[in-house]
Amino acid sequence: MKHYEVEILDAKTREKLCFLDKGKSLKDEDVLQKLPVGTTATLYFRDLGAQISWVTVFLTEYAGPLFIYLLFYFRVPFIYGHKYDFTSSRHTVVHLACICHSFHYIKRLLETLFVHRFSHGTMPLRNIFKNCTYYWGFAAWMAYYINHPLYTPPTYGAQQVKLALAIFVICQLGNFSIHMALRDLRPAGSKTRKIPYPTKNPFTWLFLLVSCPNYTYEVGSWIGFAIMTQCLPVALFSLVGFTQMTIWAKGKHRSYLKEFRDYPPLRMPIIPFLL
Amino acid sequence: MGRLTEAAAAGSGSRAAGWAGSPPTLLPLSPTSPRWLVLAIAMVRFYMEKGTHRGLYKSIQKTLKFFQTFALLEIVHCLIGIVPTSVIVTGVQVSSRIFMVWLITHSIKPIQNEESVVLFLVAWTVTEITRYSFYTFSLLDHLPYFIKWARYNFFIILYPVGVAGELLTIYAALPHVKKTGMFSIRLPNKYNVSFDYYYFLLITMASYIPLFPQLYFHMLRQRRKVLHGEVIVEKDD
Repeated sequence: MKHYEVEILDAKTREKLCFLDKGKSLKDEDVLQKLPVGTTATLYFRDLGAQISWVTVFLTEYAGPLFIYLLFYFRVPFIYGHKYDFTSSRHTVVHLACICHSFHYIKRLLETLFVHRFSHGTMPLRNIFKNCTYYWGFAAWMAYYINHPLYTPPTYGAQQVKLALAIFVICQLGNFSIHMALRDLRPAGSKTRKIPYPTKNPFTWLFLLVSCPNYTYEVGSWIGFAIMTQCLPVALFSLVGFTQMTIWAKGKHRSYLKEFRDYPPLRMPIIPFLL
Repeated sequence: MGRLTEAAAAGSGSRAAGWAGSPPTLLPLSPTSPRWLVLAIAMVRFYMEKGTHRGLYKSIQKTLKFFQTFALLEIVHCLIGIVPTSVIVTGVQVSSRIFMVWLITHSIKPIQNEESVVLFLVAWTVTEITRYSFYTFSLLDHLPYFIKWARYNFFIILYPVGVAGELLTIYAALPHVKKTGMFSIRLPNKYNVSFDYYYFLLITMASYIPLFPQLYFHMLRQRRKVLHGEVIVEKDD
């Protein structure tokens, strides 16, 4: 039995033990004997602060918009004038929008429970406040205008709505297909990482051109929803979401490139050929 | 709060774009450094001639707008890296100044003769003169202690004074904004959006409450570090 001396020191005052990447933490699965250390190993610990599980955060941040939008759809008292309490919009597109929005968040909740396989168990606690403010805030802002008694339907009428609905549905199916493909890459309970490739499902063929087609489809869905409702707050929400997802996609793309020598060179992070 | 650099203090704009030691290049200073001195002299002259602050804003407004808009250059300096301050912090500072100048005092004429306008103008002017003197002398490698002392002590008074001036000015503008419905969009409209400048201003005023103490205490910490050589451990995010 090999004998190891292990020093445990505070991370703030010394450099971290590192290999591969400077500053990168050890993985949960790492075994001390396999690490490139001699008979003395120095381990640095850092307090991550209060944590919360990813699943909890996702469920909370998605349940909010689902519920909040419905409050506006049903014109619950104290939102619009009292004469509008519990009335219903006379525009078809408003009912359609409610179905789409609700479907989107129900899909997200179900995916969180049954589809996604998370790399990390937890994230910092303050994220739940930040994330919920973002999702719930925007949901309320959008829902307010779409379900408003003075809502103006799209300029090009039913044509515009039909086209936008088609975009939305296609992108929702696409997004779901990618989530399933990513799930199948990783066996249950493991944290392995592999290059995603197109499968028989045509929606996954976007992998030929982008690293994160799930984000591509997500942006597409919201653009569809924005065109369908012709509501500026929705467009702004799409823009902000797109910005954030681009940052994530670029990061993911970079990790893929670093980890896999044979990563397909044609792929862009989020928008084919462009971004 | 994490690692905010010295570029603190939105409100009164004692925007100390700081760093510990490395001098800026001449670029941030060249044609613009005497501008605040010009402004100060113009203000003093006006007051001496007219004996009142009424009409003061009108007389200096072109200069003020020109110079303050020039401050956008500072964001570029951060972006291209010749000043090590964070882009976001500088952006916030410059935005708040531009907001006051263009969206409040320029756009809402009835409040231009308010005393509060003079209050923040004086605060901004003194702050900027101090700050640019500090940069200039640092560059020339001949920094009189007084300038350093001024730069790290004046803000203690100037910052709250500036913030008070700004808040009082916005508050004075509220009735006019409500009456005219300026800068606002109402329903129904083609893009199904609305914006109420009045409530926007209320929210802006409220935002001073969390922001001001953060920036003020940050400046105080910087002061302790620079003037008294205290080692301050910043909380890691």
